[in-house]
Amino acid sequence: MLRYIAQRLIAVIPTLIGVSLLVFIAIRLVPGDAIVTMLGTEAGMLTANQRAALESYFGLDKPATVQYVTWMGDVLQGDLGFSIRHGKPVLDLILERFPVTMELAFVSLVTALVVGTTLGTLSAVLHNSFIDLFGRLFALLGLAAPNFLIGTLLIYVLSVYFGILPNAGNYVELTEDPVKNFEQIIFPAMTLGFSFSASVMRTTRSAMLEVLGEDYIRTARSKGLRSRTVITRHALRNAMIPVVTLAGVELGYLLGGAVIVEQIFALPGLGRLTLNAISQRDYALIQGATLFIAINFVVINLVVDLIYAVVDPRISYGSHK
Amino acid sequence: MAAINSELGQMTKEPSLLRRLVRSRSGLLGLVIVVTYVTVAILGAVGITPYSPTEQHPPDRLQGPSAQYRLGTDLFGRDMLSRLIKGATNSLYVALVAVAISSTAGTLIGTVSAYIGGRFDEIMMRVMDIFFAFPAILLALLVVTILGRGLNKTIIAIAVVYTPIFARVARGPVLSVKQMEFVTAARSIGMKHDRIVLRHVLPNTLAPLIVQVSLALSWALLTEAGLSFLGLGTQPPEPSWGVMLSDSQGISEIAPWLMIYPGLAIMLGVLGFNLLGDGLRDTLDPRLKRLR
Repeated sequence: MLRYIAQRLIAVIPTLIGVSLLVFIAIRLVPGDAIVTMLGTEAGMLTANQRAALESYFGLDKPATVQYVTWMGDVLQGDLGFSIRHGKPVLDLILERFPVTMELAFVSLVTALVVGTTLGTLSAVLHNSFIDLFGRLFALLGLAAPNFLIGTLLIYVLSVYFGILPNAGNYVELTEDPVKNFEQIIFPAMTLGFSFSASVMRTTRSAMLEVLGEDYIRTARSKGLRSRTVITRHALRNAMIPVVTLAGVELGYLLGGAVIVEQIFALPGLGRLTLNAISQRDYALIQGATLFIAINFVVINLVVDLIYAVVDPRISYGSHK
Repeated sequence: MAAINSELGQMTKEPSLLRRLVRSRSGLLGLVIVVTYVTVAILGAVGITPYSPTEQHPPDRLQGPSAQYRLGTDLFGRDMLSRLIKGATNSLYVALVAVAISSTAGTLIGTVSAYIGGRFDEIMMRVMDIFFAFPAILLALLVVTILGRGLNKTIIAIAVVYTPIFARVARGPVLSVKQMEFVTAARSIGMKHDRIVLRHVLPNTLAPLIVQVSLALSWALLTEAGLSFLGLGTQPPEPSWGVMLSDSQGISEIAPWLMIYPGLAIMLGVLGFNLLGDGLRDTLDPRLKRLR
C-alpha cells in the first residue's frame, strides 16, 4: 500500500512540472512584451533606462530557461508574483478568495450527491416507473442545461416571483454571519450542482441496475432480508464506487470551474478573480491563479485515486507482483 | 425453402447504421433535433432571416413577440428570431470546425502514439496528462487569454481542450487492435505502416470516435455559449446564443423572452447532440444498452 502511494506521488511530479511549464509558456505567448502587459498603457511613459532597469529587476533580460527556473524557485517558496492591479501579492489574493470557492464547491457537491444518489437509487429500484421517467428527464435536463442558463433562470425566478436578489453582491463571510452566508451560497451551489447531480443520478442508476442483477443480491433476497436492507446495505454500497470516483473528479472541476457561477452570482471566489484577471490583463495574477487551480486539480485527483484504492479492494497496489 | 432463404437473408443482412439509430428512441429524437438545428443554421448562413440580425430598429425596442417580430426584439430593437437563426449558424460553425480539428489531431496523436508504443507512447500520454490537469473551462480561458476574443479564437480554445480527449479515445482501441493477428499478418506480408494504420487499425477505432464526435459537438456548443456569455467568445454585434443570454441579465424581468429563447436554443442544441451520441453508443456498442 505504502509503495503504491509512493509510486503515485512520484508519477504526479512530471505532471506538475508539465503544468507549470504550460502555464509559464502560455503567459509568455501573449502578444506584446511583458513590461507592457504588466503596466498596460503606462508602459509608454517609461524611459529607455527605466525599462531596462525593470527588465533586469524582473529577470526579463535573462534566457527563458533561467526565467523559468527562477520563477519555479519563487513558486516553491510561496511567491506567486505581485498583482499590480490589486497592489497585493498574488498568493494573498488567491488565499483570500479560495475559501469562498471551496465553500461553494463543497455545498454544491453535497447537494448534488444527496439529490443525485436518491433520485438514481429510486430510479433503479422502481425501474420503468413514473419516478424513473422523472429521474431520467431530470438527468437529461441537467446534462443539457449549462450552469449559466440555470443561474440566469434561477435569478429570474427568485427576483420576479420571490423578491430575492441572490446576485446583489456584498458577500458576507461564513464566520461573520453563517445564516446570511448560507443564503448567499445556496443558490449558486444549486446552480453549480445541478448538472453534477444529473451525472450522479445517471451513474447511480446504471450502477444500481447492474448491481441489482448480481447473484449476491438474489442470495440476500432469498435468505429473507428486507428489501430496504438489501438495497441500502448490499446494493448501494457497491453501486457507490463509481459515484465516489465521479465525486472526486467533479470536486476538482467544481473548485476550478466555478468561474461562470461565481460571475453570475457576484461571489468573490477564485474563479471570478481569475476571470477578472483575464479581462483586466493582469498576467501575474492569471499565471498564479491558473497554476494554483491546476495543481489543486491534480492533487485532488491523486487523493481521490488513493481513497479509491483504499475503498475498493479490487484495485491492486502493485505490491503483489 | 424460400422461407428459409428469406430468413437467412434477414439474418445476414445487417440494417444500416441510420436505420438502427432511428430504432432507438433517444437516437431518433437526437437526430430530429440535430437535423432541425443544422437546417436553421444553414438558413442563417445563406441569409434567410426575417430581418438582418444586426439591424437596429430603435422605435421597436424590447417589444414582445408579435406578428411583426415573431420572437420579439432586444434592447436595440433587433429582431430576436433573426438573431437566433444567425446565432445557430455561428455556434454550429464554431462547434463543427473545433471538433473537426480536435478529432483529426487527437485521432492522429492517439493512433500513432499507440501504434508506435513503448517510450514514445508513454511520453505522449504524459503530455496529454498535462492537459487533463486543467479543468476544461480553465484551459479554454487560458487559450483565450493568449489569443484574444472572437469566433475563430473560440474554435482554437475548444480544439485545444478536446484534442487530448480524442487522443485518449483513439488510443485504447488501437492498443488492442495492433495485437490482433490480422495486423501481424499485414506486417508479415511487408505492408507499410501507414497503410496498416489507415486500412486495418483505424477502421476498428471508428465506433468510439463517432460517439465521441457527437458528445464533443454538444460540449463545443456549450463552451461557445459559455465563453460568449462571459464576453470572451463571439463578439457583438455578431449574434451568439451565449451573448444574447448574457444581454438578457438585468432586463429579463421586463422582457423574459430575451432569456427564454436563447436559453431554449442552447438547451435543445446540446440535448440533440447528447441524445444522438447516446443513441449512437447504444447502436454501435450494444453491450452498454441494457444499462440505460
